[in-house]
Amino acid sequence: MTTRLLNERIFAVVADVMEVPAAKVTPVSSPETMETWDSVHHLNLVLALEQEFNLQFEPEEIDQLKDVQHILRIIATKSGAN
Amino acid sequence: MVLAMDTKSDREFIQQLVAAGDAARAARALCDLWHSEQSSSAAAFVVRHFESLRDRFPLVPYRVAILRSFTVEPLVPLLRAAAFCASLDVQVYVSDFNAYVQELVQPAGTLYAFSPDAAILAVQTRDLVPDLWNDFGTLSEQQIQSAVAEASASFRDWIQMFRRHSSAHLIVHNLEAPANPAGGVLDAQYAANQTSAIQQINQELREAASQSAGVFVLDYDGLVARHGRLIWHDERKWLSVRLPLAAASLLPLACEWTKFFFPLAGKTSKVVVVDLDNTLWGGIIGEDGMSGIRLGSEYPGAAFQDLQRALLDLYHRGILLAICSKNNLDDAMEAIEKHEGMILKASHFAAIRINWQDKSQNLREIAAELNLGLDACAFLDDNPVERQAVRDSLPEVLVFDLPKDPMLFAQVVRDCPQFQRLRISQEDLQRSAMYQSQRRREELERGISSREEFYHSLEQELEISPLTPATLSRIAQLTNKTNQFNLTTRRYTEQQIAGLATASGWNCFSLRVRDRFGDNGLVGVAITHLKDSVCEIDTLLLSCRIIGRTVETAFLSFLVDFARAHGAARMEGWFIPTKKNAPAREFYSSHGFAAAHEEENGTLWGLDLESGRVLCPEWCKLIVVNGERQS
Repeated sequence: MTTRLLNERIFAVVADVMEVPAAKVTPVSSPETMETWDSVHHLNLVLALEQEFNLQFEPEEIDQLKDVQHILRIIATKSGAN
Repeated sequence: MVLAMDTKSDREFIQQLVAAGDAARAARALCDLWHSEQSSSAAAFVVRHFESLRDRFPLVPYRVAILRSFTVEPLVPLLRAAAFCASLDVQVYVSDFNAYVQELVQPAGTLYAFSPDAAILAVQTRDLVPDLWNDFGTLSEQQIQSAVAEASASFRDWIQMFRRHSSAHLIVHNLEAPANPAGGVLDAQYAANQTSAIQQINQELREAASQSAGVFVLDYDGLVARHGRLIWHDERKWLSVRLPLAAASLLPLACEWTKFFFPLAGKTSKVVVVDLDNTLWGGIIGEDGMSGIRLGSEYPGAAFQDLQRALLDLYHRGILLAICSKNNLDDAMEAIEKHEGMILKASHFAAIRINWQDKSQNLREIAAELNLGLDACAFLDDNPVERQAVRDSLPEVLVFDLPKDPMLFAQVVRDCPQFQRLRISQEDLQRSAMYQSQRRREELERGISSREEFYHSLEQELEISPLTPATLSRIAQLTNKTNQFNLTTRRYTEQQIAGLATASGWNCFSLRVRDRFGDNGLVGVAITHLKDSVCEIDTLLLSCRIIGRTVETAFLSFLVDFARAHGAARMEGWFIPTKKNAPAREFYSSHGFAAAHEEENGTLWGLDLESGRVLCPEWCKLIVVNGERQS
């Protein structure tokens, strides 16, 4: 899968789970920039990403998923390793 | 997996429909989206957009409380999305972590203040009986037995406590067995093993649930086993966020919940209409012939036998089967009646349409013939074009997205929440036979010139009884599923109906109708409330299969006489119009009642009992059990 396609899918999941239009999601989106991004939504996001990309995050990785950029990086690494 | 571009355009399309105010099409597109990508991501999108349609699209509110010992929050959007797609607007209250016991005991607490329609009690084995789960190997037989007894007693107490404070339905998760028992393979060699200790608690739970009305067991152990104990869990998430489920297990659990809520909220299908070629058998009967179609115990015909078995299971649950197929009638009937691989027989089908006309038209005719609304019909067809045509012209019909692989057909039917039943009444089991008698009645009707002669020839016997424990569940069932001849469409739970027995001034009557073709079963309910010399008909309903036989007049004549005998000077009753109850619209006016009061959602009708009379038709024989009148 190309990086562009992977990123688009991640953006789409973030938009769905955080209940915002897809255009509102940027690499720097985070709990600080998004009102809806609370702990319940964060867990929903983790699970939605696991479903979408058929993977499981380690607890350490979940701690690192603090904004969209980090999510992109970790999933790229994990799905590259698959 | 859906590509990002498609995902985006589907969602943009829905957002345009919502913005344009096209609620009906937006709702349909949301359902399509949900059925094509059932995920946490899609659920969030579906829920948010259905919420924005709330005032513009008919949704039935349903309140669910979840009492839990683990994280359930990520399940909520999935549950709500699935429910929205069945027109149920589920509001969820989640109890505090591990606070379920306090919640259950406090009558003035938040649980009961939320006044749920249903509550789920989801407690894990490791939380309820940590010793049995973690330290089984160290326990003596006596310690095991006391842990079992203690857990069973807890379930019993919680159920009773809930029943004392709420009339809502209660769904209790049973306890799962561990993937790897403490004793390893040794566990299976002894009677007093870890698995059977847990099963013993589950048995006690089933016993306790069956003794309370409206309490049901969700077989969580079976659910986990069905999906695979090892892949069901994600131990990392249990340890980090108290969520024991893997991401892929969320949907199956949310769907399992809907198997309770849909039937409890009346969202069920009463008939499943099936196609023949490549659905009930492999191949095309008109081209492949009797010897060419694939249907038997071997691959690939076994897939179709498996589907037929799944349908036969529905039949035994009281769900009607019907055929709608584009074929030559003779070819198809020959296969149905003579093919050795057929599990279903012609007699299992309550209606058959094998012709070349449009399937939507056939579905309309089948619904009319069976006296059911289109929203009570489910449609099973391998052909996506036919499915889309039915979806477009009859959006009320539940249309299955069958997978391409026939080996998966049976699973789709078995997993469908609209086909679940929480209770089976005698009437459910006899339904198909009743429809066959109905066909004979209609034949008789066609052969007779006058209506009165037809009524006489039916030899109807009406038995009216006060509320009894034996009729309680059927009465509640009828108040929840009768839509057409229903004057007020008030829905009651079993617990609420039971409460009428002791409520002052209230009476609940059931009606059973027999005729020369057989027993129609318990088919009518009336609830009256006598207060200050006015007797109000709170509820009056008849099952659709006896509409149009003057039974309603006979039933009303009884109620009028009953009210008069109990000192009422006036009989009153509301007619509250709904989309479906047109058959009852003229009921009061055609029986001499006058409109007394009008409100936005209905009209109150009244009859002065001193001058007004309602006569029982001479062709109806009325039998009143434990009652006021014999005739």
